[in-house]
Amino acid sequence: MDIKTKDNSDKNKVPKKDVKKKDVAKAYEKYTEQFTPKPTYLANSLKAFFVGGALCTAAYFAAARLAAAGLSQKNAETYVTVSIIALAQLLTGLGVFDTIAKFAGAGVIVPISGFANSMVAPALEYKKEGWVLGVGAKLFSIAGPVLVCGIGSSTLVGIIYWIIELF
Amino acid sequence: MDYLYTFLLGGGICVIGQILMDTTKLTAPRILVIFVVSGVVLQALNLYEPLVKLCHQGATTPLPGFGYALAKGAIDGAQKGFLGAVTGGIKATAAGVGVAISFGYLVALIFNPKSPK
Repeated sequence: MDIKTKDNSDKNKVPKKDVKKKDVAKAYEKYTEQFTPKPTYLANSLKAFFVGGALCTAAYFAAARLAAAGLSQKNAETYVTVSIIALAQLLTGLGVFDTIAKFAGAGVIVPISGFANSMVAPALEYKKEGWVLGVGAKLFSIAGPVLVCGIGSSTLVGIIYWIIELF
Repeated sequence: MDYLYTFLLGGGICVIGQILMDTTKLTAPRILVIFVVSGVVLQALNLYEPLVKLCHQGATTPLPGFGYALAKGAIDGAQKGFLGAVTGGIKATAAGVGVAISFGYLVALIFNPKSPK
């Protein structure tokens, strides 16, 4: 009986309470807005621009050095790409890449280093599930779609060019 | 001058990625896929090659460069027949993909996940 009466009294109060709650929520939203940092699009973009640009320039410099040291241009470029991938994966393993990515954002995620990171990061996270279904499978949880779409579309392009070549 | 172009294009592509990350709700894998496929499409239309000639690593290091290498390999292979067209893309990127898989596996085996600080 007690519970029932309590329910009834609550029911009567509901509309009033609801309005109050909404007001409080609105006021709270306004209040928190003062403290939420504005999305820093410009700062983020600038950081991405300079870090990404610097990474590419460093890659160009390294490739030019290697080519000057006697490697063929193609081999020099391949060595540089491979080094960036290996370095990014090593930094991911050491746990440093996340710290860099937090600062540089797309500056390190859009270059090939981000692709390398996207392979190791989930593989590390699911290491507990084993060497085959944990590390082996999760290595491709992000890289898989990228490889499938990239290789799939490029094969399509190749076949289209082959057909054009026939005529 | 080459260094300047490399810096500008490399940075510019990263800014596009940053804007996609900040202003849209696209997840990271989707953004990566968009970049790679756009590289493939641009090279299929022969638009990416001039950028590579002008900006070198500024065009090849970002992910569209991966798509460019895939498409260029496939297009070059297509001149040698059907098998060339099918194998060219993977052949051209084999070094990067091979290292990424094998070294990535090694790193994941050696290191343990760190809790973010």
